[in-house]
Amino acid sequence: MNHHTPEQLTEEAKKIIVEYLDKIDDMKPKERIKIPPQEMPSQDPIVRSSNLDEVALGYTIEQARIEAMRCLQCVKKTCVEDCPVQIDIPRFINHIAHAEFESAAAVIKEASLLPAICGRVCPQETQCQSNCAVGKALKDVDKSVAIGRLERFIADWERATGKIAIPEVKPETGKKVAIVGSGPAGLVVAADCRREGHHVTIFEAFHKLGGVLRYGIPEFRLPNDIIDKEIEVLKAMGVEFKTNFVVGRTRKLTDLIEKDGYHAIFVGTGAGLPMFMGIEGESLVGVFSANEYLTRANLMRAFDKGHADTPIYNSVNVAVLGGGNVAMDAARMAKRLGAKNVYVVYRRTEVEMPARKEEVAHAKEEGIEFYFLQNAKKIIGDENGRVKAMECLRYELGEPDQSGRRRPVVIPNSEFILDVDTVIVAIGNGSNPLISQTTPQMNVNKWGNIIVDETQKTSIDRIFAGGDIVLGAATVILAMGEGRRAAASINKMLAEEIEKEKAIIN
Amino acid sequence: MAKILVKKQLSKDVFLMRLHAPLIAEERAAGQFIILQIDDDYGERIPLTIADASIDEGSITIIFQVVGKSTLQLSQMDTGDEIPTVVGPLGKPTHIEKFGTVVCVGGGIGVAPLHPIAQALKKAGNHVITIIGARNKDLIILEEEMKSIADEFILCTDDGSYGRKALVTEPLKEVCERDTKPNMVIAIGPPIMMKFCSETTRPYGVFTQVSLNTIMVDGTGMCGGCRVNVGKEVKFVCVDGPEFDGHLVDFDNMMSRLNSYKKIEQEAHSCFMEQEIKQREGLL
Ligand SMILES: Cc1cc2nc3c(=O)[nH]c(=O)nc-3n(C[C@H](O)[C@H](O)[C@H](O)COP(=O)(O)OP(=O)(O)OC[C@H]3O[C@@H](n4cnc5c(N)ncnc54)[C@H](O)[C@@H]3O)c2cc1C
Ligand SMILES: Cc1cc2nc3c(=O)[nH]c(=O)nc-3n(C[C@H](O)[C@H](O)[C@H](O)COP(=O)(O)OP(=O)(O)OC[C@H]3O[C@@H](n4cnc5c(N)ncnc54)[C@H](O)[C@@H]3O)c2cc1C
Ligand code: SF4
Ligand code: FES
Repeated sequence: MNHHTPEQLTEEAKKIIVEYLDKIDDMKPKERIKIPPQEMPSQDPIVRSSNLDEVALGYTIEQARIEAMRCLQCVKKTCVEDCPVQIDIPRFINHIAHAEFESAAAVIKEASLLPAICGRVCPQETQCQSNCAVGKALKDVDKSVAIGRLERFIADWERATGKIAIPEVKPETGKKVAIVGSGPAGLVVAADCRREGHHVTIFEAFHKLGGVLRYGIPEFRLPNDIIDKEIEVLKAMGVEFKTNFVVGRTRKLTDLIEKDGYHAIFVGTGAGLPMFMGIEGESLVGVFSANEYLTRANLMRAFDKGHADTPIYNSVNVAVLGGGNVAMDAARMAKRLGAKNVYVVYRRTEVEMPARKEEVAHAKEEGIEFYFLQNAKKIIGDENGRVKAMECLRYELGEPDQSGRRRPVVIPNSEFILDVDTVIVAIGNGSNPLISQTTPQMNVNKWGNIIVDETQKTSIDRIFAGGDIVLGAATVILAMGEGRRAAASINKMLAEEIEKEKAIIN
Repeated sequence: MAKILVKKQLSKDVFLMRLHAPLIAEERAAGQFIILQIDDDYGERIPLTIADASIDEGSITIIFQVVGKSTLQLSQMDTGDEIPTVVGPLGKPTHIEKFGTVVCVGGGIGVAPLHPIAQALKKAGNHVITIIGARNKDLIILEEEMKSIADEFILCTDDGSYGRKALVTEPLKEVCERDTKPNMVIAIGPPIMMKFCSETTRPYGVFTQVSLNTIMVDGTGMCGGCRVNVGKEVKFVCVDGPEFDGHLVDFDNMMSRLNSYKKIEQEAHSCFMEQEIKQREGLL
């Protein structure tokens, strides 16, 4: 693909916007569909593959307005139906077209609390953009209105202009809410419960806040200052944070209620226990879970080799197993850490890859090689127990399985050897074991995920849960959605209690 | 944040610190550990066993050996200084009950984590035989403390500079050969020592528990860096351990994994030492 510089894209947008401004409200759908989709400006692939700066740079005002004008303002809003939190998409987009950015922000905020994050990491092509009328008309989902980029544009505009509003907090109720885990689910519950005037404490096991947003997703996709900003807002609202606090160990979950006087708890401890392939050679030196690799690089800052004390493996040839966002992040991080060749080995084909399309495209631009329809059979070590190669098998697509995807079938005798010194396994996570291990009365399913009812309540009174610990490894927006639902249930429960207490006093 | 309340040097490279950490002091049990970090942005997370705790003082005790950059930096901190990150107690507590006769074998710094376990076993009514060993006299720690809780006490050094000249496996073998075999052995020390203790007891069929010190990052079961092969299973030391059946642990693999970053770590250590020396010379 040809890389267009941000300057080129800006120039072009400035030139063509003039034509549309006069007829902004009068264009027929046919005309709108002809407006060129706006490409996301990005850092030069060669430069960026050795730095951690954000790859996607964000639309300029002209680009955002042109892109917004492509929206047909449909009556049947398929985009909204496909959005997990039902943002009123056409309404905020219309505000952008008219350069009413503050109003656009207000519309998004009605439904979503973390637009700067979601605009960057949501899988829009399988959600809001998947059935967009424009994409349908052009028979190409990649040509749908770029809803995610517009969402990000608004969030960034808000930050850049210093217009981030601190949500209003109702008078103190005297009720205390404990939140376990500072990932997206926990952050959303904190905001929603604090707004109602409850005292909110977030307990986080790590020394830094944000969960996967901080330790998993690299800065080249989601810079730390964006997370910091969201946390600053929560702090300004009066949310209390306790880091280095492992609930279940530092304090039993139920002790937070029984000893520390919390009236409700939300458990948002996320995914845990990385899965491995179960093949020979997986305990050799040089085999890592993507979680470990990315945590070292991101949270522990091993990318900054001169300063960080946490070491990271020096690799030349790296194989990454898996096809999701986690695999893409690990592969692109390995490249940035100096690996010469990085191979993504995936059992199915590109179509079935669960990763965001934009990340796959970016990975390819950065020189990551994709080995589709192949899988690891065993990892081979040298005399010191270090990885020296990986034996792989080739696959072909067979009959569809339960998920409707065609099942990959091994081609007999198709073994071949890939020379690698590092293998990063990114095939998913089990559940975080700590809470269930230390809270035996909590009901979990056979994978260790916490079981909740439709109000997100667990089997224990006053304790709610949501996000990856309930869903298994899912997405930021789904975790947020669960957080909102849990917060609503907690707020309702506490409001009823306050009413009852008042009734007794009177 | 945890303030250093007390700092003591136990031997050339071994230090004891008491840290203000009231919540951890209250919850911890024998066998558990903490993770600490000297710098929240660039520091490494290092796991250390909780050697003792006082609920009244709200303190925990750690005993550590200087082996690399982070432990060296820790040893240079002083009473009154604050350690930004101290998190715990992590890992499963040791299972304590009355087993009968228990042999507690400690090698080098391993005596530190062994001490609270031996103490708890004694309190539970066990006959405690203690064997502690080190390369030489200077490296022996907690001799008095261990002696005071042991029903039988054996001390050895590799070079014979103190106590009996032997590796700890020698007296361990003798104890296993007694008419009444011990009911259980707990061995804590360098991986190679735990491996040979397990090999020593295997022919006698005496259950041998070891405490593994793998490389760790989070300590909460998220990264998998601490994984070891135990029998046919892959276990995560930070949440499934740190204690395992020594007869099932694949020590050779664990030892090669411990050396994953050896070269980088050595460079970091010597680079840090060079800077220190330069700085001192600058001061002169
Ligand atoms: C590398 C990677 C890339 C991803 N990319 C995307 C993407 O592009 N788009 C997308 O939508 N999703 C992506 N995801 C998935 C997404 O990040 C998760 O679905 C989401 O973060 C889940 O949020 P959560 O709040 O449930 O938990 P988490 O974000 O996992 O946060 C849980 C927090 O709880 C803390 N915690 C755990 N146990 C305890 C305890 N006992 N006491 C105190 N604190 C505790 C943890 O330290 C952590 O900070 C990605 C995930 C990874 C790993
Ligand atoms: C559960 C547990 C309990 C422990 N208890 C104690 C204790 O009570 N006292 C004590 O002195 N030591 C203990 N250790 C070992 C201690 O954590 C390491 O010595 C320390 O992390 C080394 O850090 P460094 O930067 O000084 O050395 P480095 O230069 O990082 O490493 C030197 C050597 O130490 C080992 N090592 C490195 N990083 C780690 C790590 N994260 N975890 C474990 N080993 C590592 C490696 O073999 C390496 O070659 C324990 C380890 C574990 C896992
Ligand atoms: S489906 Fe597409 S064109 Fe229709 S309102 Fe939504 S974004 Fe606009
Ligand atoms: S240290 Fe990360 S899983 Fe054990």
